[in-house]
Amino acid sequence: MSAIPISSAASPAVQAWTLPSRGRVAMLCLIIGESAIFTIFVVAYVFYIGKSLTGPTPAQVLDLPIFNTVCLLSSSITIWLSERAIDHGRMKSFAAWWALTMSLGIVFLIGTAIEWHKLIYLDGLTIHTNLFGTTFYSLVGLHATHVVVGLLMLSLVLIFTLTGHLTARHSERVQVLALYWHFVDAVWVVVFTVVYIVGR
Amino acid sequence: MADQTFPVPGSPTPAGPFAGSSGVVDVTPAQHEERTTLLEWLSGWVVTVDHKRLGILYTLYTLIFLLVGGAEAIAIRIQLAYPGSHFLSPELFNEMFTMHGTTMVFLVGMMYIFGFGNYMVPLMIGARDMAFPRLNAFSFWMSAFGGLLLYYSFIGGFGLYGMGAAPDVSWWAYAPLTARAFSPGHATDYWALALIVMGFGTLGSAINMIATTLSMRCRGMTLMRMPLFAWLMLVTSGLTLVTITPLTAAQIMLIIDRYLGGHFFDTQAGGSAVVWMHFFWIFGHPEVYVLVLPTFGIASEVIQVFSRKAIFGYPAMVAASVGIAFVSLGVWAHHMFTIGMTSVGNSFFVLSTMLVGIPTSLKIFNWIATLWGGRIRFNPPMLFVLAFVFQFLIAGLTGIMLSVAPWDWQLHNSYFVIAHFHYILVGAIVFNIFAAFYYWYPKVTGRMLDETLGKWHFWLFLIGFHLTFDTMHFLGFMGMPRSIYTYEPDRGWNHLNLIVSIGGFIQGIAVLIFAWNLVRSYFRGKLAGNDPWDAWTLEWAVPSPPPAYNFAVDPEVHSRRPLWDLKHPDDPDWKYE
Repeated sequence: MSAIPISSAASPAVQAWTLPSRGRVAMLCLIIGESAIFTIFVVAYVFYIGKSLTGPTPAQVLDLPIFNTVCLLSSSITIWLSERAIDHGRMKSFAAWWALTMSLGIVFLIGTAIEWHKLIYLDGLTIHTNLFGTTFYSLVGLHATHVVVGLLMLSLVLIFTLTGHLTARHSERVQVLALYWHFVDAVWVVVFTVVYIVGR
Repeated sequence: MADQTFPVPGSPTPAGPFAGSSGVVDVTPAQHEERTTLLEWLSGWVVTVDHKRLGILYTLYTLIFLLVGGAEAIAIRIQLAYPGSHFLSPELFNEMFTMHGTTMVFLVGMMYIFGFGNYMVPLMIGARDMAFPRLNAFSFWMSAFGGLLLYYSFIGGFGLYGMGAAPDVSWWAYAPLTARAFSPGHATDYWALALIVMGFGTLGSAINMIATTLSMRCRGMTLMRMPLFAWLMLVTSGLTLVTITPLTAAQIMLIIDRYLGGHFFDTQAGGSAVVWMHFFWIFGHPEVYVLVLPTFGIASEVIQVFSRKAIFGYPAMVAASVGIAFVSLGVWAHHMFTIGMTSVGNSFFVLSTMLVGIPTSLKIFNWIATLWGGRIRFNPPMLFVLAFVFQFLIAGLTGIMLSVAPWDWQLHNSYFVIAHFHYILVGAIVFNIFAAFYYWYPKVTGRMLDETLGKWHFWLFLIGFHLTFDTMHFLGFMGMPRSIYTYEPDRGWNHLNLIVSIGGFIQGIAVLIFAWNLVRSYFRGKLAGNDPWDAWTLEWAVPSPPPAYNFAVDPEVHSRRPLWDLKHPDDPDWKYE
């Protein structure tokens, strides 16, 4: 009764049929969409460099967040190591690397909080002080929001791992989530370059 | 051929002539209600993750807002029918054209795409559902609540700061009009927040659609065998990913400006109003292609089936669609010729805009080549699509005219521009949406739409359309600017405006006939059977309406027209492709 199409002798045989993983496709699409959002904020930042009518200026108040950057970028390596661990079924090592990734992300957020505290209370730079403040807090804040969302999702995975609900079978899903984390790290490279190097 | 049916692979009983009574699976709401309480029936629709039900929800939502946005257009036309009219106050007029534009683009345009896409794409590519059914439901409800948020501004925005009741900054909302100082009420906030919420819904739908078309195809459904409608939904969704997100970003900036005292678009603090224009049109122009590309898919399906020929130049059609999507990303500043760009900037956007004409005319050429020598059947879907091909050509030609910067300097923000883009939005998009309704209504409900009413609908709408929008071109030449709530009697615009308004009413009557047809045919229409049009894509292989699981056994295809292969085993398509 296989009707579509009727398999006559002349009907060509369909070759092996593989399709891309829907999770990866969807995550890549999300990353493309998110990149467009970040592009708009980066363009706004670059366009408004040096157009503030009042101080403080980036050169006066911004310090290079080297430690922060090292933490966030190395979290990409640790999450890759945990991806490898789950691929080989080493769940303990997976959980350890995953927890380390989260800690690095949290250290990054704390670093941002310290930086913002200094900027707001010592330098008097808020989002409505001048154009620099508006574009700085919105761009860095947008990225920090993504780190927070990423950490929330990572912590769900950690909870499921510790309660034993997550096994090596879920390797594919974990890797899809890791793609998002790599994206958040890659965006930081752009934000860092634009805000702390080009814009200073 | 109307009653000929094709057995669903692996279905327990062969689908009878009338699938509704064949006992396969029937989930029409009317029958559902008999078995369950009203509350259960309602909650079944609210919590559903079935792509077909969500598609119906999307489409009903579109229809409701089509009537609402249409009513706003009628109000505008009553006000402008004669000079010095007091039907609407100036403030209400601003709200009407803002809400008309926002409603038609976001609540009708974006919703119909994902309505038809949701329902048809999984069926066309032989899948049982979308890639992420729950994300699908989430996206719909986000979009739906975004629309309600927008319309809540009519009551919620009122009185808080003593300002107007609805957004009145027009749908492009240029800065600095949107600043706190000039729009102090909450109406603009409702507008911005509603678009952010709908934006998330749209992003989710687009991601889902891409994942579905790439990862859920049945065996043998290679990319180059996908029906053109599925292809166009893929291209549109890809375009949506990179166009709706800049809008979301710009709206976030606007909210930061309005609530946190930011300065993105605040010229007094060094910000720039032109930056908003760029960000808005980076979204706004590709958005037009987001709306029109799926209707190219509809036209391609209908033209094939109703001229009894396979589409002419399938690979060229696919390439042209992808080409249009890419070119459309680089043309946005042709909305901004009058702001005073450099001559290099002007020239770039003149040329890139003209470039759009190449892939689009390729499509028109291929549609005509498909019609050429075909046995054309003039059923309502075909009538609407034929009118579309003609009107789309005219709209493209006025587009080429407006792409010439000096010409645009003269006619910018005149009724000529209104006429041009309504020729696309109504003459192309709405005509094709109507075609899609007539074409796929039998599949969704199991009953045919009435042909006589359909022909009344078509001819009245066609006459009304041309009365309204052909005339608007001349008003534009005579210098009538857009967005004015009235005009002096001695301008020489009186008669033409009256004609435009009469045309608007005729279109309104046509749409009411259509709405009546939808309701009446649901209960009394002729039973359709699986394949009333003798069509060739997979959705016509399943019963009408399709069972919840779509295909009992995953289909396997060998060519672009799997049902042709099935009906003509002696001469299948795969021998030639």
